[in-house]
Amino acid sequence: MFSIPTFLDSFGPLFWAARYTLLVSGLGIALGLVIGALICAARLSGVAFLRTFAALWVSFLRGVPLLVQLLLVYFLLPVIGIDVPALVAAVVTVGICASAYISEIWRGAIGALPRGQTEAARAIGMGPGDVWTRIVLPQAVTMSLPALINELILLVKASSLVSVVGIMEITRASQAQAATTFRPMEVYLAAACIYLMINLCLAALGRYLEHRMAV
Amino acid sequence: MEWQILEQYGPMLLRGFGLTIMCWLLGTVFSMALGLLIALAQRHGPTPLRWLLQAYIEVIRGTPFLVQLFVLYYGGPLVGLRLDAVPAGLLGLTIYGSPYFAEIFRSGFRAVPIGQIEAARAIGMPEHVIIRRVLLPVALVSALPALVNFSIILTKETVILSIITVPELMYQVQRMSTETFRYLEANLVLALFFWLLVETISRFGRKLETRITHYLIERP
Repeated sequence: MFSIPTFLDSFGPLFWAARYTLLVSGLGIALGLVIGALICAARLSGVAFLRTFAALWVSFLRGVPLLVQLLLVYFLLPVIGIDVPALVAAVVTVGICASAYISEIWRGAIGALPRGQTEAARAIGMGPGDVWTRIVLPQAVTMSLPALINELILLVKASSLVSVVGIMEITRASQAQAATTFRPMEVYLAAACIYLMINLCLAALGRYLEHRMAV
Repeated sequence: MEWQILEQYGPMLLRGFGLTIMCWLLGTVFSMALGLLIALAQRHGPTPLRWLLQAYIEVIRGTPFLVQLFVLYYGGPLVGLRLDAVPAGLLGLTIYGSPYFAEIFRSGFRAVPIGQIEAARAIGMPEHVIIRRVLLPVALVSALPALVNFSIILTKETVILSIITVPELMYQVQRMSTETFRYLEANLVLALFFWLLVETISRFGRKLETRITHYLIERP
């Protein structure tokens, strides 16, 4: 009933497709880190307009499912005359979506720093720029590492959704494989195994970082 | 932009929205219940069962919901599990959500001061009474924000059910867009619907939190 050879055979093409999964989630988190930093800065800035914009950005992107955001970007870009490959649209959407969560992670990490530290730094005569680059950011970035790994794990799983805009990542490849072999159970279980392997590695990395920081 | 299509497709969209809310409510309730059972079994069950449940948690949390649904809906019939789209979707949501809820409950249990459990034991309360009257009430209050948070995440996971043909809002919107070719309008409507839904739920959740944490503050 369960065909072991089909199960094992699916690993080849699916591993090959995993490069798109890693590409979309890797570039997605990189873009998310950049935009997330900007949004976090806007959220913490003194300009009311920027603060409102950042709050709306976070609320919208966290309030709308990623699948809907993907289709929105995918269909919106041609309407406003921008013609990009599906892969670019997918990476941009995943990155924008991640930026909302990442900006909140950083805001939390910055908020968790004891106030006394910045006050002490100001008291011994450090300028605001120095306080940020030498006191706040190094600590906030280290503190947020486990949460960022967690976000990356979520992105690896979320990248299965970009299969709907036609990118040949693990999920799309397993749909094709299931359609040609007529053995969906074996193929999708193989896909699940690959995702699990990627995420267990990432989780181990997260635990390692957490452990190092606790020391 | 052409918004007239909304008049024609309005009732269909509302039906879909109703199903979305139903899937979310039932999925949340079922997966929360299953998560609680898992967390309790992990706390009190025999060691082999604990390992098994830990493996279940790791596997479900490590794989995408979409892939789980494919295994269940397209792979299920091969092992004799033949379900319609809606029950399959609900079962999928329940399985997907349960390990996250189990972890939330587990950290809730950890937040219960050990002294309270020991005190309950010392005055001779049987274990099931301790769970019901000491462990759960305290753990639930401290886990509430995380429970609300994950319920909100589940709202957004319901759109993935459209891919296995559950006729919820996303499915209806896609039907509307392929019949009218108005993809952008259709997806904008969808985004607005979800934004509203999620904002409403999180407002309600915040209210509930302030309501409940109110009881945590000790009064002289």
